[in-house]
Amino acid sequence: MSHPIIEFRQVEYQISTISTHPILSGVSFQIHRGETIALLGRSGSGKTTLLKLINGLRRVSSGAVLVQEHDVRDWDIIRLRRGIGYVIQETGLFPHLTVRENVCLVPQLENWPADRISSRYVEVLQSVGLSPSLYSQRYPRELSGGQRQRVGVARALAADPEILLMDEPFGALDPVTRAELQREFLALRRNLTKTVVLVTHDVREALLLGTRIVLLDSGRIIAEATPHEFVRLTHPVAREFLAAAELATGAPA
Amino acid sequence: MNSLQFMLSHRTEVLAATREHLILVLISLAIAAAIGVPLGLAIVGRPRLRAIALAVASVLQTIPSLALFGFLIPLPFIGGIGAHTAIVALVLYALLPILRNTYVGLTGIDPAILEAAEGMGMTEEHILFRVRLPLASSVIMAGIRTAAVITIGVATIAAAIGAGGLGTFIFRGVSMVSDAVILAGAIPAAILALLADFLLGLLERRLKVT
Repeated sequence: MSHPIIEFRQVEYQISTISTHPILSGVSFQIHRGETIALLGRSGSGKTTLLKLINGLRRVSSGAVLVQEHDVRDWDIIRLRRGIGYVIQETGLFPHLTVRENVCLVPQLENWPADRISSRYVEVLQSVGLSPSLYSQRYPRELSGGQRQRVGVARALAADPEILLMDEPFGALDPVTRAELQREFLALRRNLTKTVVLVTHDVREALLLGTRIVLLDSGRIIAEATPHEFVRLTHPVAREFLAAAELATGAPA
Repeated sequence: MNSLQFMLSHRTEVLAATREHLILVLISLAIAAAIGVPLGLAIVGRPRLRAIALAVASVLQTIPSLALFGFLIPLPFIGGIGAHTAIVALVLYALLPILRNTYVGLTGIDPAILEAAEGMGMTEEHILFRVRLPLASSVIMAGIRTAAVITIGVATIAAAIGAGGLGTFIFRGVSMVSDAVILAGAIPAAILALLADFLLGLLERRLKVT
């Protein structure tokens, strides 16, 4: 078996050393190339923190996070981050930059030649279902929530990173737009062999998009399962999630 | 003699004083911005320096302007009689609004945007020049606008220490007990302040992003 692309080894994370309640505790798991991991949990379960450990926006208190077999602490942090696409809820677009400027930012920082940036812009905008010419000069405030989120995904894909981190990317959207974007995400993922780590509190989204679901509760991993296995889990927290979404199959043990 | 007649009959003098006034204000504002904006950048993330800088700038602003001009006269190099002393005082007055607005503008940015920038692999320098400053620019411009209006008003007092400008008419009018002469200084100063407020307000709105 190939090496994991991302690995968590006995990760502890707490804000201060005197704090009695760690944000993350004893987290160990591996992510392999091409997987889509759904980090599922309630607010405050530590799922967003776990995501931010991967691109170094948060640093472990003890243990280690390895990306492409190197400890995040040993990476040149700028290099690491430019190789990881990052999508957050719609607020993440730069309001003073046009769609094109937002999308082309990382390739530009990486000093790509202008013609390569142009062709990449067209390519990624088409891949998220937006017209490259129609949107290039628009500002984020002129877009709908769904369009902004598409631009956010296009921006994360622009420099063709191997890893894509998504923090509740569809959370702020209306249900119809969310379903549309989720379908498109699945289609997009079939064409691109990216490793995706997706944070969500929506069990339906986790089941739909994840190839594997990691369930977090109070900073600990309480289950790792494929969507198929997940609906049969007997752990009370998993049952709660399924019951809330009325997806439970069979009686809890 | 009413003030309009006086201004018309002395129009070359009034225009020259207005020009002098404007030059005093522009030089002072440029220096205040050149100090205030970088200082505003420097105090982000340095709480102790921030407390000191904002306290000093606030205290300077509370000193009555005539007293401040008086204090500066005996000082070597920066003091004495004339325009350069007036500029020092005007810079000190203009500093607070520029410094405070720079700080507020830079720190008032949605943290999600800054975290997105960091997460995308932008360096601190990139974040400062491509994200923070552009997003803070309209708030900084609002500070410069406030400073401009204050400086235009305070600069009339600079005439007391021989710096010229529209204050010359005001002081002369006071000693002559002539409203017409006072207004020959006061009306152009008021027009300058309104114009500056309007034009810099336009600029501020242009810089605004929502």
